[in-house]
Amino acid sequence: MADMVQRKIPFSQANAETQPFWDAAKQGRLMVRTCTACGKAHWYPRAICPHCFSDRTEWREASGSGEIYSWSVMRRAPEPYAIAYVRLAEGTTMMTNIVQCDFDALKIGQKVKLVFILSEEGTPVPMFTPA
Amino acid sequence: MSIRGKAYIAGAYEHPTRKAPDKSLAQLHAEVAKGALEDAGLTKDDVDGYFCAGDAPGMGPLSMVDYMNLRVRHADATDLGGCTYIAHVARAAEAIAAGKCNVALITLAGRPRSEGVATGTAPRAGNPAQPDVQFEYPYGPTVVNLYAMCAMRHMYEYGTTSEQLAWVKVAASHHAQHNPHAMLRDVVTVEDVVNSPMVADPLHRLDCCVISDGGGALVVVKPEIAASLKRPKIKVLGGAETVKGQLGGDVDLTWSGARRTGSAAFAEAGVTPADIRYASIYDSFTITVLMQLEDLGFCEKGQGGRFVADGNLISGVGKLPFNTDGGGLCNNHPANRGGITKVIEAVRQLRGEAHPAVQVKDCGLALAHGTGGMLGSRHGSATLIMERE
Repeated sequence: MADMVQRKIPFSQANAETQPFWDAAKQGRLMVRTCTACGKAHWYPRAICPHCFSDRTEWREASGSGEIYSWSVMRRAPEPYAIAYVRLAEGTTMMTNIVQCDFDALKIGQKVKLVFILSEEGTPVPMFTPA
Repeated sequence: MSIRGKAYIAGAYEHPTRKAPDKSLAQLHAEVAKGALEDAGLTKDDVDGYFCAGDAPGMGPLSMVDYMNLRVRHADATDLGGCTYIAHVARAAEAIAAGKCNVALITLAGRPRSEGVATGTAPRAGNPAQPDVQFEYPYGPTVVNLYAMCAMRHMYEYGTTSEQLAWVKVAASHHAQHNPHAMLRDVVTVEDVVNSPMVADPLHRLDCCVISDGGGALVVVKPEIAASLKRPKIKVLGGAETVKGQLGGDVDLTWSGARRTGSAAFAEAGVTPADIRYASIYDSFTITVLMQLEDLGFCEKGQGGRFVADGNLISGVGKLPFNTDGGGLCNNHPANRGGITKVIEAVRQLRGEAHPAVQVKDCGLALAHGTGGMLGSRHGSATLIMERE
């Protein structure tokens, strides 16, 4: 079953800590917050590194490639959609949707690539599609 | 300080309603409080500690202590989601051990069924200040698809099957047939479960718990008071709580907080999983039960599917009778929070007051464990071990 109908994507709101992430999204770039003290990327983005608690974190642009860690198609919805966790090449795992795909062919371990889908509010939201 | 033997569960009451359009939320809280105090043989004026969580109206203890006109010297509104009330028993024991109160009242109530809440299938916006919301709400996380992703990963890692998950529901239904208050009393088969409509892969409709109104309450007291009451003495042996999230992006859906709370509670109680005669295991979904059983140590990690299969959770049939009231899968899930009913059925089993068809013989040691919030994103866990003295 292909997702012929893209459901409307709701958007919450950015705040002072996350505004640069959404500004970059509007330029088609996925930013991952990375710690210069411990060297690890994390998700979701924070000012204080959740791994080592250093405040020396910075935005780095992600390659946009990753693989599916887990997924589920929400069948009981007006327009079924696939939620997933995708492990990014940068080593951190984000919640997302898999779009423009055959839901019945989704698999854990499948390679995926970044696409941006416009939210109702107009901000592009990072999602993934089979690579 | 250990809570081992420092407090007893003296009163337990489950509201018989499963749909309460004609009652208010505060009224349901008060009705279950009244029921549990009468069960214990105590009055509201004996209560000097009150425990509630996010299901309580208004400002929790402020609203409900005033509504019930209690006089408390200890209040606790800790919220770990649906497992909270299991943690509340341990917290009440801690407060009693520290001399902060003598008689602790714990209440839960809710009316999601009357209010028509699409509990499991509707994404919730949440408060924008909640730090994860802007990075998750756009993707449509619901209760069911967050648990479903755990099931999907469990199948991938360990070869768990939908048929094995279905056995959890089959066992619950075998118990629910004897509970006149249960919402779903028909015994179902593995085939019924796997042939029911898919809600969120790989969870079918019958892998999901019910949506019900209702509630429950518990009364926890200090040893001297327990000794003065006429009810069987149910001693608190050990308890533990934790919170597990996405680990800063090192997401691992294969284990739950039960891994931490189980070992801690067993150590405090001085017993092992093999000693447990009856277990109340939070059953928001079939996968919840399977993962918690592994993490509590009832079987090896990855062996949960084999452990629950072939009726191993059915009282009188298998090795680990669970949720003999029918659980959340068949009986009720008041306020979308199943923690308190888990403790209540464990107390019934220890007292020998479960339905005769499901009563475990010589049930001297029981466990209640729960998962609150979302197993697949961030959840609370609580374990409680109880003994009949």
